[in-house]
Amino acid sequence: MNNFRKLVDKIKPNFLPGGKFEKLHSTFDAIETFLFVPNTTSKSGTHIHDAVDSKRTMIVVVIALIPALLFGMYNVGFQHYNAIGQPEIGFWSMFWYGFLAVLPIVIVSYVVGLSIEFAGGQIRKEEVQEGFLVTGMLIPLIVPVDTPLWMIAVATAFSVIFAKEVFGGTGMNIFNVALVARAFLFFAYPQSMSGDKVWIRTGETFGLGGGSVVDGFSGATPLGQVSTATTANVDVVNMFGEQYSLMDTIIGLMPGSIGETSIIAIGIGALILLITKVANWKVMLSVFAGGIFAGLIFNQFGPETASANLPWFMHITLGGFAFGAVFMATDPVTSSRTETGKWIYGFLIGVLAIVIRVLNPGYAEGMMLAILLMNIFAPLIDFYVVDANIKKRLKRVKVTTSERVNK
Amino acid sequence: MANSIVVKKGLNIKIDGKAFENVSKVKPSSVFEVYPDVFHGVIPKMLVKGGESIQAGSPLFYNKNFEGMNFVSPVSGKVREVVRGERRKVMSIVIDADSEIDYLKFDVKNADKLDKDTIKNLLLQSGLWVYIKQRPYDVIADPMLSPKAVFISGFDSSPLAPDYEFVMKNQMKDFQAGINIISKLTSSKIHIGIPSEDSIFKGVSGVQTTVFKGPHPAGNVGVHINKIDPINKGETVWTINPQDVAIIGRFFEKGVVDLTKIIALTGPEVEKPHYFETVSGNNIADIVKGNLKNVSYPLRYISGNVLTGLKISEKGYLTPYASQVTVIDEGSQTHEMFGWAMPRLNKFSASNLFFTKLLPRKKFKWDARMLGGPRSIIMSGEWERVFPFDILPEQLIKTMMAGNIERMENLGAYEIAPEDFALCEFVDTSKLPLQDIVRKALDELRSEMI
Repeated sequence: MNNFRKLVDKIKPNFLPGGKFEKLHSTFDAIETFLFVPNTTSKSGTHIHDAVDSKRTMIVVVIALIPALLFGMYNVGFQHYNAIGQPEIGFWSMFWYGFLAVLPIVIVSYVVGLSIEFAGGQIRKEEVQEGFLVTGMLIPLIVPVDTPLWMIAVATAFSVIFAKEVFGGTGMNIFNVALVARAFLFFAYPQSMSGDKVWIRTGETFGLGGGSVVDGFSGATPLGQVSTATTANVDVVNMFGEQYSLMDTIIGLMPGSIGETSIIAIGIGALILLITKVANWKVMLSVFAGGIFAGLIFNQFGPETASANLPWFMHITLGGFAFGAVFMATDPVTSSRTETGKWIYGFLIGVLAIVIRVLNPGYAEGMMLAILLMNIFAPLIDFYVVDANIKKRLKRVKVTTSERVNK
Repeated sequence: MANSIVVKKGLNIKIDGKAFENVSKVKPSSVFEVYPDVFHGVIPKMLVKGGESIQAGSPLFYNKNFEGMNFVSPVSGKVREVVRGERRKVMSIVIDADSEIDYLKFDVKNADKLDKDTIKNLLLQSGLWVYIKQRPYDVIADPMLSPKAVFISGFDSSPLAPDYEFVMKNQMKDFQAGINIISKLTSSKIHIGIPSEDSIFKGVSGVQTTVFKGPHPAGNVGVHINKIDPINKGETVWTINPQDVAIIGRFFEKGVVDLTKIIALTGPEVEKPHYFETVSGNNIADIVKGNLKNVSYPLRYISGNVLTGLKISEKGYLTPYASQVTVIDEGSQTHEMFGWAMPRLNKFSASNLFFTKLLPRKKFKWDARMLGGPRSIIMSGEWERVFPFDILPEQLIKTMMAGNIERMENLGAYEIAPEDFALCEFVDTSKLPLQDIVRKALDELRSEMI
């Protein structure tokens, strides 16, 4: 390690002001701090610092996403081989197929996003920020597996530039960057993001898994089936028309965006985020509370439609609700930043997501729009919480002055 | 009225090197220095020149904004030099000290019969007024304002802090005398925050004691004010350190400015951490001589504690408000590889991203590294966990960064001092210089108000 450090020290002057590669300073700095903890010492204020930094924080979120990613890969293979009538092919083959299908999406998202981040850091002459490490993993997990790679690239570039960099980078953005990418895809290329053709890959991947789909196959997601149902009650079924039990929806072997289907995998991630306190438990809990609340209300008093009659627990286990609650709503930058505000923010996301699902037949899924909408309202919620604190303080002044007058 | 308050939010940071309870005498340095910059917000007007002979208690300079507020020499001797920096700013006053201190005599006969104005003038003249600080702004108290209350913290909860129960043991007579003087200066209530019911301060008369329990910053006077009698716009509160109260008491008993204090020498790099008796302005080198661990790496010397103290050089001087000296590893020689991924069991973190919480007895390796690069505010709720005030820390800091005066007022800027944000700065993932931000904002607020 010592020799390695010496090498870094040797090439470092080239990247400092006045050096040959001065213009690549941010890039060099990003690589150096990736390799070594910076040895800058405090100049003012506290002399010692907590060992935590934003690199470690972001890495923990990425780790929390890994179970959902791995399960998503397996699920892609599972759905594919079932669709082409080869369910007996075995766990590893299914996983391998899914791995090859999902990996390019992950790579495209990271390469496009990180290049822009590095360029942004360079332009602002700041250190390269780590926020995209998380965003780059979130984007592949919230798109259908058949989304063309060029669309992923365009959407990632759009969201990183227009939802983050123009606001000043990580920490300054108003909207959740990954969700902006998802929304961009949803509105720019609706035919690739909805319907019942995109959720299960039926074709080959790198020459693997050739075959034709079996008779009677339908690739609609459970929520898609609910929103297009013509009867007031509908059973959600798999691609062969067999009904999903609650347990099936929790395990998550069903069509959907890559990472959103398994409540168990998401639950492991949630546990990691809550134990490490990276995600706020208040937001997470209140999103679920809001969703359950709205689900119960619709079950009791809702219109006679399939989505209003969908049992409240199915609303939680199906679609992107759990994934959004755990990984997207808890994004500290775009959520409400006051402690009281977090309760309100989370609860309203939960309620709105179900309201959109039930009352708007155009959208089978409401989580994305609910979170983006509440991103807009988070500052407003904070405004009222802060205002209450200010009023309390002003009231104190009035009390003390009137006391004095009485004396 | 409840006289016991539990502080729930906060953090105790475990560092090795707490002072053993024995007091040694430190050999007085042959050269003393006074840094005017330590007295925040004061523009010094020099009263002495190089070569002049002075006594302990002779004025060195006065405050340009308040004529008559003297800053005096801690020792007798000869002024060697007035060191000036850019634009002739006074950086330090170097004094060649006598081996035997010769005190300037003040006329303080019948201290208990003196009236308020005489006491005030004596304090201003003798340079002891500067030990009375005020909130808002955390500066030397404005002699023209009368405070609504006086707050003294009877204990220090910061890392490796001196134990006042021990330090004050033989100074309680002076302390009581000091309290008597202060109660003549103001008719307002004098509050002392104490760590437990059997505290040494329990026997002091003329004060209101309140027990504060809980982790650091339970001993910060700002917390006591916020919990007992928060400051509103237009109000002033005085704060004084217990040992400085004793110095004021001693002055009115003996008529001399005797700045002798008991200071704790602490920190992981000190061989035998202990207490010592000295006078502010003493050279650090004389204080630590022969008592440092034999290490090859550079050390950081701090006049004060690791959270709020002032970084000084190895030949620097003890600053007047400090009651401890801390020595830690500077750390600039350390390069940790893949810090974001490694377990780093020897590193402390208040977050749960390390295994710290699972290893409660673990000793940690401390140094002065930032351990990360500066970022925008990302994490939320992190500061709130260590900030026991009825104030929204993040919103206040953002307003301070933006320089919005009215909103700062509304969000509680009058109640806080930079030290109250020290723990927030310590735990901050984004490594923002919060104490600096608060200091600058308070200065700006003050300049708008005057």
